[in-house]
Amino acid sequence: MIRMNDVRERTKPLTARWRSSIALIGLLAGLFTWLSAAQAAESIKVGILHSLSGTMAISETSLKDVALMAIEEINEAGGLLGRPVEPVVVDPASDWPLFAEKARELIQQEKVAVVFGCWTSVSRKSVLPVFEELNGLLFYPVQYEGEESSFNVFYTGAAPNQQAIPAVEYLMSEDGGGAERFVLLGTDYVYPRTTNKILNYFLESKGVAKADVMELYTPFGHSDYQTIVADIKKFAVGKPTAVVSTINGDSNVPFYKELANQGLKAEDIPVVAFSVGEEELRGIDTAPLVGHLAAWNYFMSVETPENQGFVEKWKAYVKKHQLPGGDKRVTNDPMEATYIGIRMWAQAVEQAGTTDVDAVRQAVGNQVVRSPSGFDITMDAKNHHLHKPVLIAEVREDGQFDIVWNTEGPIRAQAWSPFIPDSAKKVADWTYPWVCGNCTEPKFKN
Amino acid sequence: MNVRSFLLYLSALLMLGLPSPPGAGAAGGDLASLLQGLGAKSRRDVRQAITALGTLNDPAALPALEALGDRRLRVDKAGLVYIKSEDGSLRDVLSGETVELEAATLRTPRINNAIRRALRPVIAQLQLYAPDAAVRLAAAEELTKRPRPEMMDRLQAALERETEAAVRDVLAVALAQMQLQSEDQTVRLAAIRMIGESGNLGLRPQLEALVATQEDGSFAEADPEVREAAEAALASFERTQFLINSLGNLFYGASLGSVLLLAALGLGITFGLMGVINMAHGEMLMLGAYASYVVQGIFQESFPALFDWYLVVAIPAAFGVCLLTGMILERGVIRFLYGRPLETLLATWGISLVLIQSVRLIFGAQNVQVANPAWLSGGVEVLYGVVLPYSRLAILLFVALVVGLVWLILQRTRLGLQVRAVTQNRPMASCMGISANRVDMWTFGLGSGIAGLGGVALSQIGNVGPELGRLYIVDSFMVVVLGGVGNIAGTVVGALSLGLVNKLLEPVAGAVLGKIGVLIFIILFIQQRPQGLFALKGRLAES
Repeated sequence: MIRMNDVRERTKPLTARWRSSIALIGLLAGLFTWLSAAQAAESIKVGILHSLSGTMAISETSLKDVALMAIEEINEAGGLLGRPVEPVVVDPASDWPLFAEKARELIQQEKVAVVFGCWTSVSRKSVLPVFEELNGLLFYPVQYEGEESSFNVFYTGAAPNQQAIPAVEYLMSEDGGGAERFVLLGTDYVYPRTTNKILNYFLESKGVAKADVMELYTPFGHSDYQTIVADIKKFAVGKPTAVVSTINGDSNVPFYKELANQGLKAEDIPVVAFSVGEEELRGIDTAPLVGHLAAWNYFMSVETPENQGFVEKWKAYVKKHQLPGGDKRVTNDPMEATYIGIRMWAQAVEQAGTTDVDAVRQAVGNQVVRSPSGFDITMDAKNHHLHKPVLIAEVREDGQFDIVWNTEGPIRAQAWSPFIPDSAKKVADWTYPWVCGNCTEPKFKN
Repeated sequence: MNVRSFLLYLSALLMLGLPSPPGAGAAGGDLASLLQGLGAKSRRDVRQAITALGTLNDPAALPALEALGDRRLRVDKAGLVYIKSEDGSLRDVLSGETVELEAATLRTPRINNAIRRALRPVIAQLQLYAPDAAVRLAAAEELTKRPRPEMMDRLQAALERETEAAVRDVLAVALAQMQLQSEDQTVRLAAIRMIGESGNLGLRPQLEALVATQEDGSFAEADPEVREAAEAALASFERTQFLINSLGNLFYGASLGSVLLLAALGLGITFGLMGVINMAHGEMLMLGAYASYVVQGIFQESFPALFDWYLVVAIPAAFGVCLLTGMILERGVIRFLYGRPLETLLATWGISLVLIQSVRLIFGAQNVQVANPAWLSGGVEVLYGVVLPYSRLAILLFVALVVGLVWLILQRTRLGLQVRAVTQNRPMASCMGISANRVDMWTFGLGSGIAGLGGVALSQIGNVGPELGRLYIVDSFMVVVLGGVGNIAGTVVGALSLGLVNKLLEPVAGAVLGKIGVLIFIILFIQQRPQGLFALKGRLAES
């Protein structure tokens, strides 16, 4: 027990001047917190977690831009629940552990209602535990390898059955060249490895022999593709062959340059890419690449009134904010997915009447948004993935794409691939009685 | 494939009601209606029209077919097709007369790979009589790649008329490929020999089919002489394949080595000769690459006509920028740190961060695009499957020039003499009246300038971004240490051998494991021979 007297003896008595200045500081601090509290009550904070520097900046910067555009659009229409939406942009600098730190900062310090972000699967895997621990909400806008479903994540990009599988089926069709041999070429990390694992099982199920599949990997940032392109040519002798590329990041530039230099034509050996869109082709001389393919759920060249509006909006936004690149800026699939994600979240907030994570999550399920690709896109309440249309397109001289094949309408995502024996048994279903992302039997049994 | 294209042709005949047998001359009406078919909405109909035009074999169809391939064909509302010529005017598909039509009402037929696949051989067969020998050669090569049995007579006729030896060779191979199915044994044997001699490995499967065994153990090919000939041809293919593989790997290795050498040569001077542990070397490469980006931009803006030659200006510009930066660095920072390697390492590391961030602030964090001039795009095929890209050849040549230049400067100029004197014995050189400080400045500047030249070359084959230098700094140090610190010849041999080892390992182990293998190789090598490949002898080495 410490007596009050002791304390008073130990503390020096404060002079009057000190006291008044402390009081002033206290008053100011109080005023400040009150002001900022008042502001917090006003605006809804939204986190944007995309690399603005480092190797992924080539792809992620425009996602940040389009997210800001969508938020500006919401604010111009009067905000959400009568409150303005305030974006909080952070830069995790293509540094995977930094993604987790920044995510924590966004949720705990900035108290954001939702986060839109990540591109590579390794960055998503890095932030996943943070969102699950703190019960945050993440919208992930990029096509990926599947084999995942989290209670705290909504996946607005494509799962393998919405991109990779249809693309390979197309290559095997008469229009696609009737490929019987496949080169699976990728960057060495989780997305290409998993996608190629699924494709291997898929090709096996289609009766393609092991000897007719060649799997090749290169490190991140690889820039010498001479041997690989020469190997592809050698491998292709004898049977119609196609290349399935999951090369990510800026390695694509030297790869496509090498293809062009070695005269590998799309009519002979088509290359279908899953991570190359309008943004990645910007600035490469695409004349020698005409006919090579990409599979996505959206292309800038989609001819719908919705897309016309979307592209015009984007061009106007770029002009208004004088973004670097100017009138050469393009739209692409992950940008569309980001845009859909933000519209969907905004609708859910309006419907729920609150930004509370649990309530909004409930409302996002079965939410429908008219997408720029011209379809009514639904969020699957069970596996948290979007129903999306699949488009396959060929590269044009001007760096845009000509759509050569598409599904009639949106198709449902398979979070767990039915082609991998272990995954085939798993179910992603966040509704009663399953309430689980990777279970083989329901959590609740009566 | 053959059966399929024959069926396609049949169905085309049925659909379009064409009575003419293959090879028969065409009535103008048929040609015209088939040409209109190129503008059909359905791609299947377009493909059938192309196949039928191939059967018709009328060179008058060539302009329209080429226009379809280049997306210069236009279709009006009524479904009539026109060719958009270079000057933008619309012309009739047959007569070539100019037509006045509103461009906005016209549609461009969409083509895809399936159409291109049908289109190429048809265009090629019509080009067999083109006046330009290069066009004929390309056509003959196309027909070798996509043979069609009904082409046999026409190939024969073309071969008889052909005067150019190179085209004759290719045509003969294309023909031989079809003659493999001939009734006459002597024809078949000659065809097999022809294919074997051609070294065209793309035809290997046709030969393999001749020696294949069926499920019951009997040979698919009944004639033993034909089988023997095919086996002999395949054996010669084996030898060609070996030659091609070795040649290819040698070139790829040399080309990777030349890139490594360009990246490391500057470091061979600043680190090798001067002993400065220069962590900012990679950023000099980066500055050189950005200098070529800036020059490219200026050319695009101001002299678009001369764009193909912007590299001629970019090379001295990059050299100048990096020379100046290097000299400023040496005078401003490094000269205070001589003899203190740890501090130099930290200081140059700091400088590299400053440089990266400055470039980020000026040019943005994203990669910038440096385009290849037209004369550096594409490549030349020396053997079947071995393409030497022009950009890589140019870099090989460029690196030889730069190495020669560096050698000349070091061995034949006054500065070179002084540099060697200062590196070998600094106090003695000073006593002889050499201003060691000035020599240091120029040497560091020279090393940095050469790194800038490396940057120009790297901008032609890879990405240009603020972190470009980071990719090459480790490789550069590896090359210099492997070659032996202190002499340029070591750097040259070190770079080329690293490139070769890397490329010889890659086909066996894959790109990822290959890289790891090279690193392990270097660790073991340095343990066995810490002084590197070429050790300096004499007082300096011992001190």
